[in-house]
Amino acid sequence: MTPLPAALDWDWESAFESLPSLLSAFLQVTLLVTVLSTALAAVLGLVIAMTLRLAPRPVAGVVRWIAHFIRMTPIVVQLLFAYYAFLELEPLTIGVLVFGIHYSTYMSEVYRAGIDSVPAGQWEATTALSMSTRRTWTAVIIPQALRATVPALGNYAVSMFKDTPFLLVIGVVEMVNAGLIYGGNNFRYIEPITLVGVIFLLASYPTSLLISRLEKRLAYRT
Amino acid sequence: MPTAPEQNDDAARGAAPDAPVIEFRDVGKRYGDNVVLDGLDFSVRKGDRVTLIGPSGSGKTTILRLVMTLEDATEGYIFVDGEPLTHEERNGRRVELNKKQRKRIRQKIGMVFQQFNLFPNMTVLENIVEAPLHVLGHPRAEVLERAGNLLEKVGLADKADAHPSSLSGGQQQRVAIARALAMDPEILLLDEVTSALDPEIVGEVLGILRTIAEETDITMLLVTHEMQFAKDVSNRVLMFDGGRIIEEAEPEAMFSNPTHERTKSFLRAVLGEDQIGTR
Repeated sequence: MTPLPAALDWDWESAFESLPSLLSAFLQVTLLVTVLSTALAAVLGLVIAMTLRLAPRPVAGVVRWIAHFIRMTPIVVQLLFAYYAFLELEPLTIGVLVFGIHYSTYMSEVYRAGIDSVPAGQWEATTALSMSTRRTWTAVIIPQALRATVPALGNYAVSMFKDTPFLLVIGVVEMVNAGLIYGGNNFRYIEPITLVGVIFLLASYPTSLLISRLEKRLAYRT
Repeated sequence: MPTAPEQNDDAARGAAPDAPVIEFRDVGKRYGDNVVLDGLDFSVRKGDRVTLIGPSGSGKTTILRLVMTLEDATEGYIFVDGEPLTHEERNGRRVELNKKQRKRIRQKIGMVFQQFNLFPNMTVLENIVEAPLHVLGHPRAEVLERAGNLLEKVGLADKADAHPSSLSGGQQQRVAIARALAMDPEILLLDEVTSALDPEIVGEVLGILRTIAEETDITMLLVTHEMQFAKDVSNRVLMFDGGRIIEEAEPEAMFSNPTHERTKSFLRAVLGEDQIGTR
């Protein structure tokens, strides 16, 4: 029998030993960035979508161009650019801002589709009832658009969660970086990196199940 | 309205009792080369119940949409209570009025749609109180009481907290009628309100509209294919074809003794051969 390759030389003790630092990086950085950036992206995305719809044409054009530009460049480049452009900011802050802004451009498209999915009859009813523009948006259009968009927004949140390892390029100790640090100190890489993968899987899989259940619950019966 | 210009007040107050509530003057509507309405002149007096009939594509629904300002005419002028709705003539030119004008005038107008268009994110009660509370700014207690009465009137008092999606089509349309009436409109536009309903529940909706027609003096402009209903409710019937009015009469005369050949063939198709000219 040939000996097992070194890479598969699994050591449970190292696995258990690395776990606390991984979990702490998960909770304090990976999860924190995901939650804050999702919140930022969800709000900013709606602002972008509304601006594109309601702002005067030149303003909307500029916003559309900026959003397009952000979507068309890699997030790693944006992280590095922001890191070196704003050296006075904490890398974690940079991370939250870049992830939030990057994903807001995607979420704005989701909102746009959600707004477009509200039937013309709903707009006509708001006119027939003389509702104000503000009330039309806040009481009728946005609540209905949100129902259509929650699942897609949730999927982007999961994508963002899985993109957080990119933060290591600007030195943020998120979960993968914590694993690499453990590896460097103990010369055991395979255990922490495997665990990182397992933790990602355990967190994203139930979340995506939750989103698809939410999708079914939110659909209007007609 | 607090900011209504005085001339408009005069126009409304000075109107004679039988002055037109709605007046179309040479109104045209075209989409590109497609002419939907062509040089249309007609008026509706206060308390009139006018039914628009005609083949589909003859522009009937467009008329209701123009009055509700869901669309703008491409030519001519529409007046409501003597005031221009969207455009007026200045120095021989057709000029669009400030949007405030239409916003103010359309508060007098309610509309019930073929597809109900209830807000699915609100309960039945919320649908009804939305505009009285947030547009008219009436006190909450008063609005709720009135909404309760309206729901009772349409026979849905027990459905106040239900969502539209849990109601049948007929029930949804009754809510939509209550929602339109909650704004206490002077003019009610009914756009094929039974066309999306199953035949066996058409009656419950028409029954309510009959009651409203009997108990109120709301001016009604309706598009319907229910000729018996048109006969029962309206005092005038306008027959449309090709974007023009080709015949106008009282319902009895229109249905029993139409003069225009096009009207005859239309009524024959809608009512059946034996119903025309035999009574």
